[in-house]
Amino acid sequence: MRVGVVSYPGACDDRDAARAVSLLGAEPVRLWHGDADLAGVNAVIIPGGFSYGDHLRPGALAALSPVMSAVREHAEAGRPVLGICNGFQVLTEARLLPGALRPNASLKFVCRDIGLTVERESPWLPGVAAGDVLTIPIKHHDGCWFADEETFSELVTNGQVLLRYADNPNGSVGSVACVTNVAGNVAALMPHPEHAVERLIGSTDGRVLLRGLLDLAQMSAPRLTSV
Amino acid sequence: MKVTVLVRPRDGIRDPQGEAVRRSLAGLGYPAADVRAGKLFDLQVDAGDEESARRIAAEIAEKVLSNPLIEQYQVEVAG
Repeated sequence: MRVGVVSYPGACDDRDAARAVSLLGAEPVRLWHGDADLAGVNAVIIPGGFSYGDHLRPGALAALSPVMSAVREHAEAGRPVLGICNGFQVLTEARLLPGALRPNASLKFVCRDIGLTVERESPWLPGVAAGDVLTIPIKHHDGCWFADEETFSELVTNGQVLLRYADNPNGSVGSVACVTNVAGNVAALMPHPEHAVERLIGSTDGRVLLRGLLDLAQMSAPRLTSV
Repeated sequence: MKVTVLVRPRDGIRDPQGEAVRRSLAGLGYPAADVRAGKLFDLQVDAGDEESARRIAAEIAEKVLSNPLIEQYQVEVAG
């Protein structure tokens, strides 16, 4: 299983994401923002950082980069994409996910472990049940997810909300921490699953989402046909 | 042709930056009851006339300079 990890100028969590992919037994493939294709990967991670210096709006310029055309095609073909932190901002700016990320209501950078309540069972969250709480770190300034009331209730009805903060750290509407697109193959969150993959550093709960990404990649992989 | 694009938070959207400025102004004793913070972009647009400059700038504002979910924009062409 090959998982693409996209790097932008200003990305900083791309190496941790690639390392986490390796820990889960898959092959990380480093992709560059100027790439026109995804080198045939089965899944894509848009990692955290400060793409293009977060100029204009976080994720806004990265959403216009050449590699995003290829990511869009990949997503439209039903293959999985996981956005983490800045990756969430990139995917909302690219309109591959609903809503927008705004500065934290406190205007303070938040950096700590946080509890995430599982909203519903999903292929993105293998082995956990609704109501379970995952502990995964956050570190962001612009993590206040916004959607208008109508969009928000639609997302809840459609089951597109996967995780909510147990204790809202940034002012997100409905304490939403993780959403998917309608088809369910694109998901993103502000917390950092790639920083929670080893007991030594506090939590292995991040493995759940990364395992979910690999499971979805397995399900959407093209069937090999014999000649 | 010089075009200015003003980008503001949409009405009803909370603007923590504006709120922080308002609190500081209140601390200084200024009677500013509400502050909303936005952005200003001066563009030099290569266009034949004012109407096409306005159209191009509006497209840029819609697609790039603002996020219509949370922001509104206004285009002004220098006379």
